[in-house]
Amino acid sequence: MSEAAARDRLAPPELKGVYKAKRSWKKAAAPFILYPLLLLAAVLFLGPFLWLLSTALKTGNNVYAYPPQFIPNPPTFKNFIDVFHIMPLWHYIANTVYMTVYGVGLNLLLCTMTAYPLARLKFPGKNAIFFAIVSTMILPNAGGMIVNFITIQKLGLYNSMTGVVLPSAISVFNVFLLRQAFITIPADMEHSARIDGAGEFRIFRSIMVPMVRPAVATVVIFDFMAFWNSLIWPVIVLDDRDKYPLGPALQYLNSDLAYNFPYIAAGTIISVIPILIIFLVLQKQFINGMVGAVKG
Amino acid sequence: MSSLSKLQRRQAGFAYLMLLPGAALLAAFTFYPIVRGLPLAFTNYSVVDTTKWIGWDNFKRAFHDPTFGLALKHSLLYVLIVPVIQILSILMAVLVNNRLRFIHFFRVAYFIPVVTSMVAAAIAWKWVYQEQGILNFFLLKLGMIRQPISFMVETKLALLGVMAVTVWKGLGYYMMIYLAGLQSIPGELQEAARIDGAGRLRVIWNITIPLLMPFVLLCSLLSVMGAIHVFDEVFVMHGPSGDPAYSTLTASVYSYKVAFQDFEFGYAATIGLLVAIIIMIVSILMFRYTRRGGLTYYE
Repeated sequence: MSEAAARDRLAPPELKGVYKAKRSWKKAAAPFILYPLLLLAAVLFLGPFLWLLSTALKTGNNVYAYPPQFIPNPPTFKNFIDVFHIMPLWHYIANTVYMTVYGVGLNLLLCTMTAYPLARLKFPGKNAIFFAIVSTMILPNAGGMIVNFITIQKLGLYNSMTGVVLPSAISVFNVFLLRQAFITIPADMEHSARIDGAGEFRIFRSIMVPMVRPAVATVVIFDFMAFWNSLIWPVIVLDDRDKYPLGPALQYLNSDLAYNFPYIAAGTIISVIPILIIFLVLQKQFINGMVGAVKG
Repeated sequence: MSSLSKLQRRQAGFAYLMLLPGAALLAAFTFYPIVRGLPLAFTNYSVVDTTKWIGWDNFKRAFHDPTFGLALKHSLLYVLIVPVIQILSILMAVLVNNRLRFIHFFRVAYFIPVVTSMVAAAIAWKWVYQEQGILNFFLLKLGMIRQPISFMVETKLALLGVMAVTVWKGLGYYMMIYLAGLQSIPGELQEAARIDGAGRLRVIWNITIPLLMPFVLLCSLLSVMGAIHVFDEVFVMHGPSGDPAYSTLTASVYSYKVAFQDFEFGYAATIGLLVAIIIMIVSILMFRYTRRGGLTYYE
Protein backbone atom coordinates (compact mmCIF):
# COMPACT_ATOMS: atom_id res chain seq x y z
CA MET A 1 0.00 0.00 0.00
CA SER A 2 2.88 2.37 0.78
CA GLU A 3 4.23 1.62 -2.68
CA ALA A 4 1.08 2.78 -4.40
CA ALA A 5 0.73 5.76 -2.10
CA ALA A 6 4.30 6.89 -2.74
CA ARG A 7 3.84 6.64 -6.46
CA ASP A 8 0.59 8.52 -6.36
CA ARG A 9 2.20 11.25 -4.32
CA LEU A 10 5.04 11.67 -6.80
CA ALA A 11 3.10 11.23 -10.02
CA PRO A 12 1.99 14.35 -11.86
CA PRO A 13 -1.67 15.05 -11.02
CA GLU A 14 -3.00 14.06 -14.43
CA LEU A 15 -1.44 10.57 -14.16
CA LYS A 16 -2.78 9.69 -10.73
CA GLY A 17 -6.01 8.29 -11.98
CA VAL A 18 -4.28 6.20 -14.66
CA TYR A 19 -1.95 4.53 -12.15
CA LYS A 20 -4.82 3.80 -9.86
CA ALA A 21 -6.95 2.25 -12.56
CA LYS A 22 -4.09 0.15 -13.92
CA ARG A 23 -3.15 -1.04 -10.46
CA SER A 24 -6.61 -2.02 -9.33
CA TRP A 25 -7.22 -3.82 -12.62
CA LYS A 26 -4.02 -5.78 -12.12
CA LYS A 27 -4.90 -6.51 -8.54
CA ALA A 28 -8.25 -7.89 -9.53
CA ALA A 29 -6.85 -10.02 -12.35
CA ALA A 30 -3.93 -11.50 -10.41
CA PRO A 31 -5.86 -14.26 -8.59
CA PHE A 32 -7.33 -15.50 -11.86
CA ILE A 33 -3.86 -16.08 -13.22
CA LEU A 34 -2.20 -17.16 -9.98
CA TYR A 35 -4.69 -19.69 -8.62
CA PRO A 36 -4.73 -21.89 -11.73
CA LEU A 37 -0.91 -21.89 -11.65
CA LEU A 38 -0.85 -22.72 -7.95
CA LEU A 39 -3.37 -25.51 -8.43
CA LEU A 40 -1.51 -26.95 -11.41
CA ALA A 41 1.70 -27.05 -9.36
CA ALA A 42 -0.16 -28.65 -6.44
CA VAL A 43 -1.44 -31.38 -8.78
CA LEU A 44 2.08 -32.02 -10.05
CA PHE A 45 3.55 -32.22 -6.54
CA LEU A 46 0.82 -34.20 -4.84
CA GLY A 47 -0.35 -36.09 -7.93
CA PRO A 48 1.85 -39.18 -7.66
CA PHE A 49 0.87 -39.66 -4.00
CA LEU A 50 -2.82 -39.03 -4.69
CA TRP A 51 -2.70 -41.53 -7.54
CA LEU A 52 -1.06 -44.02 -5.17
CA LEU A 53 -3.78 -43.35 -2.58
CA SER A 54 -6.47 -43.78 -5.19
CA THR A 55 -4.93 -47.12 -6.19
CA ALA A 56 -4.77 -48.26 -2.58
CA LEU A 57 -8.52 -47.62 -2.25
CA LYS A 58 -9.50 -49.69 -5.30
CA THR A 59 -10.74 -53.23 -5.60
CA GLY A 60 -9.45 -55.93 -7.92
CA ASN A 61 -9.94 -55.16 -11.60
CA ASN A 62 -10.39 -51.43 -11.12
CA VAL A 63 -6.70 -51.15 -10.32
CA TYR A 64 -5.59 -51.91 -13.86
CA ALA A 65 -8.65 -50.45 -15.59
CA TYR A 66 -8.05 -48.47 -18.73
CA PRO A 67 -8.80 -45.59 -19.02
CA PRO A 68 -7.58 -45.16 -15.44
CA GLN A 69 -10.20 -44.65 -12.79
CA PHE A 70 -9.25 -41.53 -10.85
CA ILE A 71 -11.76 -41.75 -8.05
CA PRO A 72 -12.14 -45.29 -6.73
CA ASN A 73 -15.63 -46.63 -7.27
CA PRO A 74 -16.46 -48.19 -4.89
CA PRO A 75 -13.67 -47.09 -2.52
CA THR A 76 -12.52 -49.75 -0.10
CA PHE A 77 -10.22 -49.86 2.90
CA LYS A 78 -9.79 -53.59 2.49
CA ASN A 79 -6.26 -53.23 1.09
CA PHE A 80 -5.17 -51.29 4.16
CA ILE A 81 -6.37 -54.13 6.39
CA ASP A 82 -5.18 -56.97 4.18
CA VAL A 83 -1.70 -55.55 3.82
CA PHE A 84 -1.19 -56.21 7.54
CA HIS A 85 -1.91 -59.90 6.89
CA ILE A 86 0.13 -60.30 3.76
CA MET A 87 3.27 -58.74 5.24
CA PRO A 88 4.35 -58.28 8.85
CA LEU A 89 3.73 -54.58 8.61
CA TRP A 90 3.32 -54.04 12.36
CA HIS A 91 6.67 -55.66 12.81
CA TYR A 92 8.32 -53.30 10.32
CA ILE A 93 6.57 -50.31 11.88
CA ALA A 94 7.87 -51.38 15.30
CA ASN A 95 11.40 -51.71 13.86
CA THR A 96 11.16 -48.25 12.35
CA VAL A 97 9.85 -46.67 15.55
CA TYR A 98 12.61 -48.38 17.53
CA MET A 99 15.30 -47.23 15.10
CA THR A 100 13.95 -43.68 14.99
CA VAL A 101 13.55 -43.26 18.75
CA TYR A 102 16.96 -44.83 19.37
CA GLY A 103 18.66 -42.62 16.79
CA VAL A 104 16.95 -39.37 17.71
CA GLY A 105 17.48 -40.01 21.44
CA LEU A 106 21.18 -40.68 21.00
CA ASN A 107 21.59 -37.63 18.80
CA LEU A 108 19.91 -35.40 21.30
CA LEU A 109 22.03 -36.67 24.15
CA LEU A 110 25.37 -36.80 22.36
CA CYS A 111 25.01 -33.63 20.29
CA THR A 112 24.02 -31.42 23.23
CA MET A 113 26.79 -32.97 25.34
CA THR A 114 29.37 -32.29 22.64
CA ALA A 115 28.16 -28.83 21.68
CA TYR A 116 27.87 -27.43 25.19
CA PRO A 117 31.54 -27.55 26.28
CA LEU A 118 32.62 -26.24 22.87
CA ALA A 119 30.33 -23.26 23.31
CA ARG A 120 30.55 -22.35 26.99
CA LEU A 121 33.37 -23.99 28.90
CA LYS A 122 37.05 -23.09 29.02
CA PHE A 123 39.52 -25.93 28.73
CA PRO A 124 42.88 -26.61 27.09
CA GLY A 125 42.66 -28.03 23.57
CA LYS A 126 39.20 -26.57 22.87
CA ASN A 127 40.21 -24.96 19.60
CA ALA A 128 42.04 -28.04 18.39
CA ILE A 129 38.98 -30.22 19.04
CA PHE A 130 36.73 -27.73 17.34
CA PHE A 131 39.06 -27.51 14.34
CA ALA A 132 39.15 -31.30 14.06
CA ILE A 133 35.35 -31.38 13.94
CA VAL A 134 35.18 -28.58 11.34
CA SER A 135 37.73 -30.29 9.13
CA THR A 136 35.50 -33.35 8.70
CA MET A 137 33.00 -31.15 6.89
CA ILE A 138 35.51 -29.90 4.35
CA LEU A 139 37.40 -33.10 3.55
CA PRO A 140 35.72 -35.51 1.17
CA ASN A 141 34.83 -38.81 2.71
CA ALA A 142 35.77 -41.25 -0.03
CA GLY A 143 35.24 -44.60 1.56
CA GLY A 144 32.69 -43.53 4.17
CA MET A 145 30.17 -46.30 3.81
CA ILE A 146 32.77 -48.98 3.18
CA VAL A 147 35.03 -48.10 6.11
CA ASN A 148 32.03 -47.74 8.43
CA PHE A 149 30.77 -51.13 7.31
CA ILE A 150 34.14 -52.72 8.13
CA THR A 151 34.19 -50.94 11.49
CA ILE A 152 30.67 -52.09 12.34
CA GLN A 153 31.63 -55.66 11.47
CA LYS A 154 34.76 -55.51 13.61
CA LEU A 155 32.77 -54.15 16.53
CA GLY A 156 30.46 -57.17 16.22
CA LEU A 157 27.48 -54.93 15.46
CA TYR A 158 26.62 -56.38 12.04
CA ASN A 159 22.93 -57.28 11.78
CA SER A 160 21.99 -55.21 14.84
CA MET A 161 19.99 -52.02 15.18
CA THR A 162 22.87 -50.49 17.15
CA GLY A 163 25.00 -51.00 14.06
CA VAL A 164 22.39 -49.11 12.02
CA VAL A 165 22.09 -46.22 14.44
CA LEU A 166 25.61 -45.74 15.80
CA PRO A 167 27.38 -44.18 12.78
CA SER A 168 24.76 -41.42 12.65
CA ALA A 169 24.25 -41.15 16.41
CA ILE A 170 26.06 -37.85 16.33
CA SER A 171 26.21 -35.43 13.44
CA VAL A 172 28.67 -32.60 12.97
CA PHE A 173 25.87 -30.45 11.64
CA ASN A 174 23.77 -30.87 14.80
CA VAL A 175 26.79 -30.07 16.96
CA PHE A 176 27.25 -26.81 15.05
CA LEU A 177 23.61 -25.90 15.28
CA LEU A 178 23.47 -26.50 19.03
CA ARG A 179 26.83 -24.85 19.67
CA GLN A 180 25.56 -21.72 17.95
CA ALA A 181 22.45 -21.77 20.14
CA PHE A 182 24.43 -22.30 23.36
CA ILE A 183 26.74 -19.38 22.52
CA THR A 184 23.85 -16.91 22.44
CA ILE A 185 22.72 -17.58 26.04
CA PRO A 186 23.66 -14.65 28.31
CA ALA A 187 26.50 -15.44 30.73
CA ASP A 188 24.49 -14.12 33.70
CA MET A 189 22.36 -17.27 33.67
CA GLU A 190 25.40 -19.38 34.30
CA HIS A 191 26.93 -17.05 36.91
CA SER A 192 23.84 -16.85 39.05
CA ALA A 193 23.40 -20.61 38.95
CA ARG A 194 27.02 -21.07 39.99
CA ILE A 195 26.64 -18.62 42.85
CA ASP A 196 23.55 -20.55 43.96
CA GLY A 197 25.80 -23.60 44.16
CA ALA A 198 24.61 -25.59 41.14
CA GLY A 199 27.04 -28.20 39.85
CA GLU A 200 28.31 -28.16 36.29
CA PHE A 201 26.04 -30.96 35.11
CA ARG A 202 23.04 -29.40 36.79
CA ILE A 203 23.72 -26.09 35.02
CA PHE A 204 23.92 -27.94 31.71
CA ARG A 205 20.83 -30.02 32.18
CA SER A 206 18.45 -27.72 34.04
CA ILE A 207 19.43 -24.33 32.68
CA MET A 208 21.30 -24.53 29.40
CA VAL A 209 19.46 -27.29 27.52
CA PRO A 210 15.99 -25.81 28.23
CA MET A 211 17.28 -22.45 26.96
CA VAL A 212 18.11 -23.84 23.52
CA ARG A 213 14.75 -25.52 22.99
CA PRO A 214 14.21 -24.19 19.44
CA ALA A 215 17.56 -25.61 18.30
CA VAL A 216 16.77 -28.89 20.05
CA ALA A 217 13.42 -29.03 18.24
CA THR A 218 15.17 -28.51 14.92
CA VAL A 219 17.58 -31.35 15.65
CA VAL A 220 14.75 -33.66 16.62
CA ILE A 221 12.77 -32.87 13.46
CA PHE A 222 15.74 -33.32 11.14
CA ASP A 223 16.81 -36.56 12.74
CA PHE A 224 13.31 -37.93 12.91
CA MET A 225 12.98 -37.39 9.18
CA ALA A 226 16.43 -38.79 8.43
CA PHE A 227 15.98 -41.95 10.50
CA TRP A 228 12.37 -42.60 9.50
CA ASN A 229 13.27 -42.30 5.81
CA SER A 230 16.62 -44.07 5.99
CA LEU A 231 17.17 -46.66 3.32
CA ILE A 232 20.61 -47.75 2.30
CA TRP A 233 22.50 -48.05 5.56
CA PRO A 234 19.94 -50.43 7.13
CA VAL A 235 20.12 -52.52 3.94
CA ILE A 236 23.89 -52.76 4.31
CA VAL A 237 24.05 -53.47 8.03
CA LEU A 238 21.02 -55.71 8.51
CA ASP A 239 21.19 -59.26 7.25
CA ASP A 240 17.74 -60.53 8.34
CA ARG A 241 14.85 -58.94 6.53
CA ASP A 242 12.97 -59.42 9.80
CA LYS A 243 14.95 -56.57 11.24
CA TYR A 244 14.30 -54.17 8.36
CA PRO A 245 12.62 -50.83 8.96
CA LEU A 246 9.82 -49.73 6.63
CA GLY A 247 11.89 -48.18 3.84
CA PRO A 248 14.02 -51.21 2.98
CA ALA A 249 11.11 -53.57 3.69
CA LEU A 250 8.89 -51.80 1.17
CA GLN A 251 11.70 -51.64 -1.33
CA TYR A 252 12.09 -55.43 -1.26
CA LEU A 253 8.39 -56.17 -0.99
CA ASN A 254 7.91 -53.99 -4.03
CA SER A 255 10.05 -56.33 -6.08
CA ASP A 256 8.68 -59.51 -4.47
CA LEU A 257 5.00 -58.58 -4.53
CA ALA A 258 4.88 -56.56 -7.72
CA TYR A 259 1.85 -58.58 -8.85
CA ASN A 260 -0.32 -57.06 -6.16
CA PHE A 261 0.13 -53.36 -6.45
CA PRO A 262 -2.80 -52.23 -4.25
CA TYR A 263 -1.10 -53.84 -1.23
CA ILE A 264 2.20 -52.13 -2.02
CA ALA A 265 0.33 -48.85 -2.45
CA ALA A 266 -1.47 -49.29 0.88
CA GLY A 267 1.79 -50.19 2.64
CA THR A 268 3.53 -47.18 1.13
CA ILE A 269 0.74 -44.83 2.19
CA ILE A 270 0.91 -46.24 5.72
CA SER A 271 4.68 -45.72 5.80
CA VAL A 272 4.45 -42.01 4.98
CA ILE A 273 1.59 -41.17 7.35
CA PRO A 274 3.73 -40.67 10.51
CA ILE A 275 6.22 -38.37 8.81
CA LEU A 276 3.37 -36.45 7.19
CA ILE A 277 1.63 -35.95 10.53
CA ILE A 278 4.87 -34.77 12.16
CA PHE A 279 5.47 -32.44 9.23
CA LEU A 280 1.98 -30.97 9.19
CA VAL A 281 2.00 -30.37 12.95
CA LEU A 282 5.49 -28.86 13.01
CA GLN A 283 5.67 -27.38 9.51
CA LYS A 284 6.72 -23.94 10.65
CA GLN A 285 9.63 -25.34 12.63
CA PHE A 286 10.43 -27.72 9.80
CA ILE A 287 10.64 -25.05 7.13
CA ASN A 288 12.49 -22.57 9.33
CA GLY A 289 14.94 -25.30 10.24
CA MET A 290 15.50 -26.24 6.60
CA VAL A 291 16.03 -22.65 5.55
CA GLY A 292 18.14 -21.83 8.61
CA ALA A 293 20.30 -24.86 8.00
CA VAL A 294 21.27 -23.58 4.60
CA LYS A 295 21.52 -19.90 5.43
CA GLY A 296 23.10 -20.18 8.85
CA MET B 1 48.21 -26.10 33.30
CA SER B 2 49.37 -25.34 36.83
CA SER B 3 48.15 -21.77 36.47
CA LEU B 4 44.57 -22.97 36.22
CA SER B 5 42.42 -22.25 39.23
CA LYS B 6 40.50 -24.96 41.01
CA LEU B 7 37.26 -23.92 39.35
CA GLN B 8 38.89 -23.90 35.95
CA ARG B 9 40.38 -27.32 36.48
CA ARG B 10 37.05 -28.70 37.57
CA GLN B 11 35.40 -27.14 34.56
CA ALA B 12 38.02 -28.60 32.22
CA GLY B 13 37.52 -32.06 33.69
CA PHE B 14 33.79 -31.76 33.24
CA ALA B 15 34.25 -30.55 29.66
CA TYR B 16 36.39 -33.56 28.73
CA LEU B 17 33.92 -35.93 30.34
CA MET B 18 31.08 -34.40 28.35
CA LEU B 19 33.03 -34.48 25.11
CA LEU B 20 34.25 -38.04 25.46
CA PRO B 21 31.34 -40.12 24.08
CA GLY B 22 30.53 -37.78 21.20
CA ALA B 23 34.18 -37.31 20.27
CA ALA B 24 34.76 -41.06 20.34
CA LEU B 25 31.87 -41.66 17.93
CA LEU B 26 32.91 -38.83 15.64
CA ALA B 27 36.44 -40.19 15.62
CA ALA B 28 35.26 -43.70 14.76
CA PHE B 29 32.56 -42.99 12.17
CA THR B 30 33.36 -39.57 10.70
CA PHE B 31 37.07 -38.95 11.13
CA TYR B 32 38.42 -42.46 10.67
CA PRO B 33 36.61 -43.12 7.33
CA ILE B 34 38.23 -39.98 5.92
CA VAL B 35 41.69 -41.06 7.04
CA ARG B 36 41.19 -44.73 6.15
CA GLY B 37 39.34 -44.23 2.86
CA LEU B 38 42.41 -42.91 1.08
CA PRO B 39 44.84 -45.81 1.67
CA LEU B 40 42.00 -48.28 1.14
CA ALA B 41 41.76 -47.08 -2.45
CA PHE B 42 45.30 -48.38 -3.06
CA THR B 43 44.61 -51.91 -1.82
CA ASN B 44 42.78 -54.95 -3.11
CA TYR B 45 40.77 -55.21 0.15
CA SER B 46 38.01 -57.74 -0.47
CA VAL B 47 36.36 -60.67 1.21
CA VAL B 48 38.30 -63.38 -0.63
CA ASP B 49 41.90 -62.19 -0.94
CA THR B 50 44.49 -61.25 1.63
CA THR B 51 44.86 -57.50 1.57
CA LYS B 52 47.80 -56.15 -0.41
CA TRP B 53 48.97 -52.67 -1.35
CA ILE B 54 48.54 -52.57 -5.11
CA GLY B 55 49.46 -48.97 -5.83
CA TRP B 56 47.68 -47.35 -8.75
CA ASP B 57 46.16 -50.59 -10.07
CA ASN B 58 42.63 -49.69 -8.97
CA PHE B 59 42.93 -46.31 -10.69
CA LYS B 60 44.18 -47.95 -13.88
CA ARG B 61 41.33 -50.41 -13.67
CA ALA B 62 38.78 -47.61 -13.23
CA PHE B 63 40.27 -45.89 -16.27
CA HIS B 64 39.70 -48.96 -18.43
CA ASP B 65 36.41 -50.04 -16.85
CA PRO B 66 33.65 -49.27 -19.40
CA THR B 67 30.92 -49.65 -16.75
CA PHE B 68 32.61 -47.05 -14.56
CA GLY B 69 32.93 -44.76 -17.58
CA LEU B 70 29.22 -45.12 -18.22
CA ALA B 71 28.38 -44.52 -14.57
CA LEU B 72 30.56 -41.42 -14.48
CA LYS B 73 28.98 -40.13 -17.66
CA HIS B 74 25.52 -40.52 -16.11
CA SER B 75 26.62 -38.76 -12.92
CA LEU B 76 27.90 -35.82 -14.96
CA LEU B 77 24.77 -35.81 -17.15
CA TYR B 78 22.83 -35.63 -13.93
CA VAL B 79 24.27 -32.15 -13.34
CA LEU B 80 22.04 -30.97 -16.20
CA ILE B 81 19.14 -30.97 -13.76
CA VAL B 82 20.77 -28.21 -11.71
CA PRO B 83 19.74 -25.26 -13.92
CA VAL B 84 16.27 -26.81 -14.28
CA ILE B 85 15.89 -27.05 -10.50
CA GLN B 86 17.19 -23.53 -9.93
CA ILE B 87 15.02 -21.83 -12.54
CA LEU B 88 11.86 -23.72 -11.60
CA SER B 89 12.33 -23.24 -7.87
CA ILE B 90 12.92 -19.50 -8.26
CA LEU B 91 9.74 -19.24 -10.35
CA MET B 92 7.86 -21.21 -7.71
CA ALA B 93 9.24 -19.00 -4.94
CA VAL B 94 8.05 -15.92 -6.83
CA LEU B 95 4.65 -17.57 -7.25
CA VAL B 96 4.20 -18.41 -3.57
CA ASN B 97 5.59 -15.05 -2.48
CA ASN B 98 2.25 -13.47 -3.44
CA ARG B 99 -0.07 -12.49 -0.67
CA LEU B 100 -3.08 -14.60 -1.47
CA ARG B 101 -5.62 -16.57 0.48
CA PHE B 102 -4.58 -20.23 0.99
CA ILE B 103 -1.01 -19.44 -0.08
CA HIS B 104 0.21 -21.17 3.05
CA PHE B 105 -1.55 -24.36 1.99
CA PHE B 106 0.25 -24.33 -1.37
CA ARG B 107 3.66 -23.74 0.21
CA VAL B 108 3.14 -26.73 2.47
CA ALA B 109 1.82 -28.89 -0.38
CA TYR B 110 4.92 -28.25 -2.49
CA PHE B 111 7.13 -29.20 0.43
CA ILE B 112 5.52 -32.60 1.02
CA PRO B 113 7.72 -34.51 -1.49
CA VAL B 114 10.76 -33.19 0.40
CA VAL B 115 9.77 -34.84 3.67
CA THR B 116 8.53 -38.17 2.37
CA SER B 117 10.91 -41.07 1.86
CA MET B 118 12.55 -41.75 -1.48
CA VAL B 119 11.20 -45.30 -1.36
CA ALA B 120 7.62 -44.03 -1.18
CA ALA B 121 8.30 -41.45 -3.91
CA ALA B 122 9.88 -44.08 -6.14
CA ILE B 123 7.01 -46.54 -5.70
CA ALA B 124 4.53 -43.80 -6.55
CA TRP B 125 6.48 -42.73 -9.63
CA LYS B 126 7.05 -46.24 -10.92
CA TRP B 127 3.29 -46.65 -10.86
CA VAL B 128 2.88 -43.34 -12.72
CA TYR B 129 5.49 -44.38 -15.32
CA GLN B 130 3.89 -47.76 -16.12
CA GLU B 131 2.95 -48.55 -19.67
CA GLN B 132 -0.71 -48.62 -18.56
CA GLY B 133 0.03 -45.77 -16.18
CA ILE B 134 -1.34 -42.34 -15.77
CA LEU B 135 1.49 -40.47 -17.51
CA ASN B 136 1.01 -42.45 -20.71
CA PHE B 137 -2.72 -41.88 -20.41
CA PHE B 138 -2.31 -38.09 -20.33
CA LEU B 139 0.32 -38.01 -23.06
CA LEU B 140 -1.93 -40.09 -25.30
CA LYS B 141 -4.94 -37.95 -24.47
CA LEU B 142 -3.04 -34.77 -25.27
CA GLY B 143 -1.90 -36.33 -28.52
CA MET B 144 1.77 -35.94 -27.66
CA ILE B 145 2.51 -39.62 -28.26
CA ARG B 146 0.80 -42.29 -30.35
CA GLN B 147 1.94 -45.39 -28.51
CA PRO B 148 2.34 -45.87 -24.77
CA ILE B 149 5.99 -45.60 -23.74
CA SER B 150 7.69 -47.86 -21.19
CA PHE B 151 9.50 -45.15 -19.29
CA MET B 152 11.16 -47.65 -16.99
CA VAL B 153 12.42 -49.97 -19.72
CA GLU B 154 13.51 -47.70 -22.59
CA THR B 155 17.23 -47.19 -22.11
CA LYS B 156 17.03 -43.70 -23.59
CA LEU B 157 14.29 -42.55 -21.23
CA ALA B 158 15.05 -44.32 -17.95
CA LEU B 159 17.67 -41.82 -16.80
CA LEU B 160 15.44 -38.88 -17.72
CA GLY B 161 12.68 -40.50 -15.68
CA VAL B 162 14.90 -40.69 -12.60
CA MET B 163 16.04 -37.09 -13.12
CA ALA B 164 12.42 -35.98 -13.19
CA VAL B 165 11.87 -37.65 -9.81
CA THR B 166 14.91 -35.88 -8.36
CA VAL B 167 13.65 -32.53 -9.63
CA TRP B 168 10.14 -33.22 -8.32
CA LYS B 169 11.39 -34.23 -4.88
CA GLY B 170 13.89 -31.38 -4.49
CA LEU B 171 11.99 -28.38 -5.87
CA GLY B 172 10.05 -27.65 -2.68
CA TYR B 173 13.27 -27.51 -0.69
CA TYR B 174 14.95 -24.96 -2.95
CA MET B 175 11.68 -23.04 -3.31
CA MET B 176 11.63 -22.49 0.47
CA ILE B 177 15.22 -21.22 0.48
CA TYR B 178 14.47 -18.81 -2.36
CA LEU B 179 11.28 -17.72 -0.64
CA ALA B 180 13.32 -16.87 2.45
CA GLY B 181 15.72 -15.05 0.15
CA LEU B 182 12.97 -13.04 -1.52
CA GLN B 183 11.48 -12.11 1.82
CA SER B 184 14.85 -10.98 3.15
CA ILE B 185 15.23 -8.38 0.38
CA PRO B 186 14.28 -5.06 1.94
CA GLY B 187 11.06 -3.83 0.32
CA GLU B 188 12.29 -0.22 0.33
CA LEU B 189 14.84 -1.00 -2.36
CA GLN B 190 12.18 -2.12 -4.80
CA GLU B 191 9.94 0.77 -3.86
CA ALA B 192 12.71 3.29 -4.38
CA ALA B 193 13.43 1.85 -7.82
CA ARG B 194 9.76 1.98 -8.73
CA ILE B 195 9.60 5.62 -7.66
CA ASP B 196 12.62 6.34 -9.81
CA GLY B 197 10.57 5.03 -12.71
CA ALA B 198 11.88 1.51 -13.10
CA GLY B 199 9.42 -0.96 -14.60
CA ARG B 200 8.55 -4.31 -13.08
CA LEU B 201 11.02 -6.27 -15.19
CA ARG B 202 13.77 -3.78 -14.54
CA VAL B 203 13.26 -4.08 -10.79
CA ILE B 204 13.48 -7.86 -11.05
CA TRP B 205 16.57 -7.70 -13.25
CA ASN B 206 18.49 -4.96 -11.42
CA ILE B 207 17.44 -5.48 -7.81
CA THR B 208 15.78 -8.79 -7.07
CA ILE B 209 18.13 -11.03 -9.03
CA PRO B 210 21.42 -9.47 -7.82
CA LEU B 211 20.23 -9.65 -4.21
CA LEU B 212 19.09 -13.22 -4.73
CA MET B 213 22.45 -14.21 -6.24
CA PRO B 214 24.05 -15.48 -3.01
CA PHE B 215 21.10 -17.86 -2.61
CA VAL B 216 21.38 -18.97 -6.23
CA LEU B 217 25.07 -19.75 -5.80
CA LEU B 218 24.56 -21.65 -2.58
CA CYS B 219 21.62 -23.64 -3.94
CA SER B 220 23.51 -24.42 -7.16
CA LEU B 221 26.50 -25.69 -5.21
CA LEU B 222 24.25 -27.87 -3.07
CA SER B 223 22.40 -29.29 -6.05
CA VAL B 224 25.57 -29.90 -8.09
CA MET B 225 27.04 -31.90 -5.22
CA GLY B 226 23.76 -33.73 -4.76
CA ALA B 227 23.53 -34.49 -8.49
CA ILE B 228 27.05 -35.97 -8.76
CA HIS B 229 26.38 -37.98 -5.58
CA VAL B 230 22.93 -39.17 -6.65
CA PHE B 231 22.14 -42.56 -5.19
CA ASP B 232 18.74 -43.22 -3.59
CA GLU B 233 16.51 -42.48 -6.57
CA VAL B 234 18.49 -44.72 -8.90
CA PHE B 235 18.81 -47.49 -6.33
CA VAL B 236 15.11 -47.62 -5.48
CA MET B 237 13.84 -47.24 -9.02
CA HIS B 238 16.32 -49.28 -11.01
CA GLY B 239 18.30 -51.32 -8.50
CA PRO B 240 22.04 -51.52 -7.79
CA SER B 241 22.89 -52.25 -11.45
CA GLY B 242 21.09 -49.20 -12.79
CA ASP B 243 18.71 -51.15 -15.02
CA PRO B 244 17.91 -51.38 -17.87
CA ALA B 245 21.35 -52.31 -19.19
CA TYR B 246 23.24 -49.92 -16.88
CA SER B 247 21.37 -47.02 -18.47
CA THR B 248 20.66 -45.34 -15.13
CA LEU B 249 23.82 -46.42 -13.30
CA THR B 250 25.61 -43.53 -11.57
CA ALA B 251 29.04 -43.48 -9.97
CA SER B 252 27.76 -43.71 -6.38
CA VAL B 253 25.46 -46.60 -7.22
CA TYR B 254 28.32 -48.35 -9.01
CA SER B 255 30.52 -47.87 -5.95
CA TYR B 256 27.78 -49.49 -3.85
CA LYS B 257 27.49 -52.37 -6.30
CA VAL B 258 31.24 -53.00 -6.37
CA ALA B 259 31.44 -52.87 -2.57
CA PHE B 260 28.32 -54.63 -1.37
CA GLN B 261 27.51 -56.99 -4.23
CA ASP B 262 30.96 -57.86 -5.56
CA PHE B 263 32.65 -57.25 -2.16
CA GLU B 264 35.62 -55.48 -3.74
CA PHE B 265 36.03 -52.82 -1.08
CA GLY B 266 39.37 -51.51 -2.32
CA TYR B 267 38.12 -50.84 -5.84
CA ALA B 268 34.89 -49.33 -4.48
CA ALA B 269 36.94 -46.95 -2.33
CA THR B 270 38.87 -45.91 -5.44
CA ILE B 271 35.62 -45.09 -7.22
CA GLY B 272 34.45 -43.16 -4.16
CA LEU B 273 37.71 -41.26 -4.13
CA LEU B 274 37.45 -40.36 -7.82
CA VAL B 275 33.91 -39.05 -7.29
CA ALA B 276 35.07 -37.08 -4.25
CA ILE B 277 37.90 -35.54 -6.30
CA ILE B 278 35.48 -34.53 -9.06
CA ILE B 279 33.14 -32.93 -6.54
CA MET B 280 36.04 -31.08 -4.93
CA ILE B 281 37.23 -29.74 -8.29
CA VAL B 282 33.71 -28.64 -9.23
CA SER B 283 33.13 -26.89 -5.92
CA ILE B 284 36.51 -25.15 -6.01
CA LEU B 285 35.74 -23.93 -9.52
CA MET B 286 32.32 -22.73 -8.44
CA PHE B 287 33.76 -20.88 -5.45
CA ARG B 288 36.45 -19.37 -7.66
CA TYR B 289 34.11 -18.11 -10.32
CA THR B 290 31.63 -16.75 -7.86
CA ARG B 291 34.16 -15.20 -5.45
CA ARG B 292 31.69 -14.62 -2.69
CA GLY B 293 31.18 -18.35 -2.64
CA GLY B 294 27.48 -18.07 -2.10
CA LEU B 295 27.99 -18.28 1.62
CA THR B 296 27.22 -14.65 2.34
CA TYR B 297 23.61 -13.72 2.52
CA TYR B 298 21.35 -10.82 3.27
CA GLU B 299 19.37 -10.77 6.45
